[in-house]
This record gives sequence, structure tokens and C-alpha cells, in this order.
Amino acid sequence: MSIFNLKVNGKEHQVEVDPTTPILWVLRDNLKLVGTKYGCGLSQCGSCTIHLSGIAVQSCLLPISSVGNQEITTIEGLSENGDHPVQKAWLEHDVPQCGYCQAGQIMTAAALLNNNPNPTDEEIENAMNLNICRCGTYLRIKQAIKTASTL
Amino acid sequence: MTKVKTQYNRRSFMKVSAAAGGGMLIGFSWFIGCTPVSKAEVLEIPKEWFDINGYIKIGDTGMVTIYSPNPEIGQNVKTSMPMIVAEELDVDWKNVVVEQAPLNTGFYQNQFAGGSLSIRLSWDALRAAGAAGRRMLLEAAAKEWGLNVSDLTANLGIIKENNGERTVTYGDIASKAVGIKIPEEVELKEISDFKIIGTSKKNVDGKKIVTGHPLFGLDFDREGMLLAMVEHAPAFGMKVKSFNEEEIKRMVGVKDAFIVDTTINEPAWSDVNAFPQLIAIVGDATWSLMQAKKALKVDWEVVGELENSELHLQRLEKAIENGEVEESRKDGDPDAAFKKAAKVIERTYSSPFLAHNTMEPMNFFANVTENSAELIGPTQTPEALETSVSKLLNMPIENITVNMTRIGGGFGRRLYVHFGVEAAAISKKIGAPVKLMYTREDDMTQGTYRPAYRSKYKAGLDENNNLIAFSVKGAGLPEGPVFPNRFPAGTVEHYVAEKIKGKTNVSTGAWRAPRSHFTAGAEQSFLDEVAELAGKDPIDFRLELFDRAINNPVGDKNDYEAERYAGVLKLVKEKSDWGATKPGVHRGVAAYFCHASYVAEVFDIVIEDGDPKVKKVWCAVDCGIVVNHDAAINMVQGGVIDGIGHAMYSQLTFTNGTTNEKNFDRYKLIRNSQVPEEIEVFFVKNETAPTGLGEPGLPPAVGALANALYKATGKRHYHQPFISEKTTAILG
Repeated sequence: MSIFNLKVNGKEHQVEVDPTTPILWVLRDNLKLVGTKYGCGLSQCGSCTIHLSGIAVQSCLLPISSVGNQEITTIEGLSENGDHPVQKAWLEHDVPQCGYCQAGQIMTAAALLNNNPNPTDEEIENAMNLNICRCGTYLRIKQAIKTASTL
Repeated sequence: MTKVKTQYNRRSFMKVSAAAGGGMLIGFSWFIGCTPVSKAEVLEIPKEWFDINGYIKIGDTGMVTIYSPNPEIGQNVKTSMPMIVAEELDVDWKNVVVEQAPLNTGFYQNQFAGGSLSIRLSWDALRAAGAAGRRMLLEAAAKEWGLNVSDLTANLGIIKENNGERTVTYGDIASKAVGIKIPEEVELKEISDFKIIGTSKKNVDGKKIVTGHPLFGLDFDREGMLLAMVEHAPAFGMKVKSFNEEEIKRMVGVKDAFIVDTTINEPAWSDVNAFPQLIAIVGDATWSLMQAKKALKVDWEVVGELENSELHLQRLEKAIENGEVEESRKDGDPDAAFKKAAKVIERTYSSPFLAHNTMEPMNFFANVTENSAELIGPTQTPEALETSVSKLLNMPIENITVNMTRIGGGFGRRLYVHFGVEAAAISKKIGAPVKLMYTREDDMTQGTYRPAYRSKYKAGLDENNNLIAFSVKGAGLPEGPVFPNRFPAGTVEHYVAEKIKGKTNVSTGAWRAPRSHFTAGAEQSFLDEVAELAGKDPIDFRLELFDRAINNPVGDKNDYEAERYAGVLKLVKEKSDWGATKPGVHRGVAAYFCHASYVAEVFDIVIEDGDPKVKKVWCAVDCGIVVNHDAAINMVQGGVIDGIGHAMYSQLTFTNGTTNEKNFDRYKLIRNSQVPEEIEVFFVKNETAPTGLGEPGLPPAVGALANALYKATGKRHYHQPFISEKTTAILG
């Protein structure tokens, strides 16, 4: 067990955990930020996507010891009032069905638009191929990303 | 005017018992926060709430809480069921907040999510609940003003006197409605007067989902709660004997480790479970438990056959030849008809075992004490879970409560209750509240799979290319896929259909549109090939068959309405401009009936970089009255994508009793770039009470995909997953 200082959603946190613990479980178990989801534990489904220094990363295989003082943003910290353009577009298109994968989808989409404000269909597909939606809301995800790019 | 009774089982289904008082939700404040910001902008948050009946609570400001009775697995019932109550109550939807009701068999009927039945079974009850609420509020106002109910009109939460100026809001009269007797019979609105039903209302949990608010079973937390994981035997046909218990218990973060037996006496269908004996590990951090699972050294015992995919294929082939027929139908003399047929065609179709792979793995919270058990989590069948926990603990049903979280995918997987039972068994053993969680690998290897299927179809045409004989023999491991009384039964003079059992120790269960998803693909691909042999357009060929079923049906036990079936085909024909040809665009069609709904789909495929790609899909749907229009479109689009994904990419294969696919690295699910660019959905407008919608969009997608793929590639696809047809042992 070791002590780590983390910066999550603009706040400093101190946790004492096994250094191999993936950030996903630090967020969920220690910080009670459960918006970031567990789906596969193998970086295959994207449910656990967060932003690390603004880049979308899958947190289920990311050990806390590798994070250092990089800033972490989770779905809870993406915007103050749930009004990030991607979140607004998601509501406008009423994207979710079960809803479980959607936080990860939104975090991937937000990072994509951050780097590329007007992505092509192919660029959207390439970025979003990292995230599985078992309900098949992919069409609306694409539409919402296009809408968000105009907001 | 339609009138319905508000009673069932000799009890009023809506009566709020005195004991329940103002707080009918049982210790569930974790979920409440029922007044989202957007609502508060419209109305003040009430200081006091009044229970009108088991479905409705009205606040002193006019805000209305509607309890949604059924589990929400993504099929939108948490929005659409309250819409039905709100319609008859006659309130403004923007003043409605929704709460998930707990399991309460005294208030609600059919609290489950399965068979696309939620709205179909509760349509009348939900309407009656709303109408009874409106009537009680009207009676309270009439009493207050010394008038009769017939002197008053209610509209959007405001009661007006017909011959005067007085008005009162639901919020102001609610306290007086509490004592009013629930009417035994209520009048329902005319369908043409609907203001909410048939419109599009956004998902009531939308804001919480996009902001990461705790909603799902895995998100549940309780002070003092421990975490648990389990390890089941690595193969069907194996059982745990012993493990390095002391070593595991000494690991950092592990509080306890033991073998737990969850065998239920007199198990119900929902108790399917290949692994009742499990190793349970309890601790306070998920990562420690995952490490402990990796450190397990287990003595497993072989107690049955360790099956593999080659064996499964042999068993299916043998079953088709001489297996036990579970259900069958025969019209005319098929053998003689095939002998005199001018043309005969025979084809075999198959599909592998599939996992449900809900994105939220199995999990449940349980807090078992000497006299009580509290269960909270994602279940499609809360009542079945309550019953099983009652049997496991030998505890009366009355001492057990079940609350449902929002559910991260169902697809049939959570009809089975073993994971809730396991949580209860672990909580009892450790004497503390516990949340059990499966890893993805636990989830994908546990079983309860969609069965593997294989069907052989045969058709005979006369010299005029009329279909005179039809035969289908379909086997499954274990349940056969055939529905003997569904189309084309009733349209062919000489017909035989056999549903045949196979043998396996792999545990199986219902998987979105059970049997229909396979049979629709096989039958609709086969009919496409028969139409081609007959030299007929595939839609015209099917419509000819429906003409026969409409005008002169064969037999009298045909499980479909031929006019409605033909209706969706005609609608999709019109909307897709069927018959028009575009260079480089290849089309396929399919139609299927299941869950009392009819869906026809047309697929357009293009070849991009040498690979076929579904460009556009048209869906025509007859599911009776559509409750939440845009959400219904979302549901059908998801069904189409689910159908394409599993038919194209997904499979479980077996070696030595275990699946070779244990996570999403080897088990392929459809991804963003693989879906159609556009899916248009059209609903047949009618006044039929709503039928199923969660499942019926999926099955025809498999057939339309296969038929369009044939047009695009010149190759028929018989064996799923289509992407690896030639390489997989089970697919032959």
C-alpha cells in the first residue's frame, strides 16, 4: 500500500492503495465517483474512459502509480452543470437506451472534439470504435457528435 | 367510452395501505433525488406529498410523482409506462417526475422485463391507475364545491367547473383526495384524445446518465457494505472441491473466503445455473478481490462431460435426423407433395451459442439478517428473485424486499436470478451487507447462453412455380428454434414443422427474441432463395403467400394475422421504393412476426474497399399504439444493429467444456464503424393496444442482411457468424 496524491475534476485527493490499482477502481471505490464504468477490465470496451491531461484513456488498465500529477477528468467533472456541448447534444438526440456505456462514449467524444472540432464521419467512427454500446445506439452517438460540433 | 376495473386478485391494485403512509418506498432514498434541476425551474419542490394511489403521488405545488413499476433495462419503460399514467391522470408531462417502484405484488402486476411484455400486459392497469387518480381528484373538488363530478372537467392538472369560474390545481386539491375511495371502475380516455401517448418524451434518466449520476446496480453503495467476487468452475461439467482458502484469506484487502452453495430446492425456470457451488471472496476493495481471484489455486472435480464445438455440431446434425420432437405440425401430405414437385430445394442454416454480454456485468447488493433480507440491484424478474431467496434462506416472502436499480442491459440475461441469490448467500454467511460483482470473464463464462441452433428447410414448387410443399426441422442445444404455427404455416397446402431437442450441459436461457432471432434469419433467407427459384420478386412471393393465408388459410391454428403481416411488407415496399435499382446498391428484404408485433425490413448494401457495408435500412413496424415515438424508433434501430452485429460477428466456441471467448478481445460485438449510415423506422398507425417492441426489430434484420449480402456478393450465407462462415468448426 502506498499514498498517492491525485487531481481529479479540479480537486486534490489523497488515497492509500496498492500501487498497481487501476485508476478505475480508485475512482469508484475510494473516491466514490461511480460515473466511470467497469465493462471488461481489458481496455476493449471503453466504458471506463476518462481524460488524462485532456486525452481520452481507458482507466481499467491504468495503474495509479503511472499517473503522477497529471490531471484526471471524469464524467462527473466534464462540465459543472451537465452542459458540455457533448452532454447537451446527447440529451437532444436522446441517445441512451440502457445508459451504462454512455459516460465512456461521451468522454471519448468530448476528447475527439477537443482535438478535432469538425471531424468527418470516418474520423468519428475511428475514434468511437474504442467504445462498445451493446444496445446499439451508435447511429445516435454519431448524430450527437455532429450536433455537438456545432454547439 | 371504455371502462375498466381497478381490481385484481380480489385486492385493489392501487390501494395505499395505512401502514405504508407517505413513504411507500422502502429505504431507498439513495435513488431519490427525484426533483432534477430542470423540473425545479418549472414548479417549486413540494413541501408535502400526498399518495393518491400506488402509482401516483401529488405534491402541494402540483408536481406529480409517478412510480414506474417494471425494471428498466434500456427498453424505455421508465419513461413510457409513466407516460401512460400521466395521460389518463391528465397532467402536464413537464410537471411529472418518475421514480422506480420497488417490487410490490400488492400494488402492481407483472413486474418483470421479458417477452417484450411490460407495456403489453400493463396497458390497462396503467391507464386505470391514471384514470382513477383523475377521478379521485375530481371527486375531492366536487365535494369541496358541493357539486357533482359531472359538473367538472380536468385538463393538464387543473380542475374547472363547467358552469362557473372556479378552478383548482391538482396540487391544491391533492390533500383532500387522499381519503377518497378508489373507484371500482373508471372511464378511460378516447384514444383520439391522447395528448402524451404517441408523442416523443425524453428519457427521464437522461440527465443523470450523461452526468454520471449513480443509477446502476454496480453504483450502489451503503455505509458498512463489503464487496464480494466469486469464482465458478472453469468448465461446464466441473465443480469446485477445495481451494487454498488460508492463503487467500491472508491476502491484503481480503476479509473472508469460502465455498458457498446456492442450490435452490424445487428450482423455477429462472433458477438456471450451471455453477451453484462457488468460491466467494469478500473484501473492501475491488482490485484486491481481483488479485485474490488470480491467486486462487483450486482443486476442480470433473462431474460431467466436457463438451466441445465439434461435439455440438454432431449432436445438432443427429438431432435433426432422429432427435426428440418437442412440438410439431403437419398439414396435408408433405412427402407425396415433395415427390410430385417440379422443383425441390433444401438448405441448412445454423448459429452458435451466444452470450448476452450486458455492458453492466452481473451484480447485486444483499443485506441478510436473521429475520430479513434486503436486495437491491439489476434484475428483470424481482418477484422470481424474491421467491428464490425465500427458498434459499428458508425465510417468509414478507421478510424480503427487492428494489430495482436502473439496469445496464438485459437482453434476457437478468431474467435469471442466481447472482442475486449468490449475494444473499454471501451476506448471510458473513453477516454483513455485501455487493457481489462479476468480472467480464465471470460473466461471459457463466453460461445461461443463447442456445446453438441448426435447421433444415425444404420447399417444393409445382410446374407453375407455386409453393406446394414446405418442411422445416430445427434442433437446438437444448431447445429447438422452430415455431410450428408461425408463417409460412397456413399458406402452404402440404406443410410439416418439427421443433427438436438436443442435449448439452451448457446452461442456456432466453436471449433477446428467443428462437425468433435465429428462425427469422433462416426462414427469411430460405424464402428468398425459394422466390428466386420460382423466378418471383421476393416481396411479391411473400404477398402471394399472405393472400392464401387471408383468403383460404390452411389449418386454423396460425399464430399471426396475415393482413397485418402483409401490411408491414407493403409499407416497407413503398417507403424503400422497392423495385427501383441504383448502381452498386444491393437490396434484401425480410419480415417477421414475434411478441405480437410485425416488422419488415429492407437493407441496402454497397461494396466499400472490397467489403460489404450496410448503407441504409428501412423498417416498417406494426406494434399497435406507439407510446413514446422517438424512443420507439431508438428501440427498433438498436434491434436492427443488434441483429446485424450478432449475425455478422459474434460467437462462442467450446473446447473441453469451456468457451474460447472470455472477454471482448475474442468475443466480437458490433462497433461504431460497422453500423448502417441510416435506419429509417415507420410505424403502422392503428388503435390496437400496444404489443411488443423491445425484441421484434431484431429478428428480420438477420434475414434482410443475409439476403442483401447475397445480392452484393453472389454468395448465400447459411451459417452465423457470417464473417467467419468457413473457419469455424461448429458451423460446418
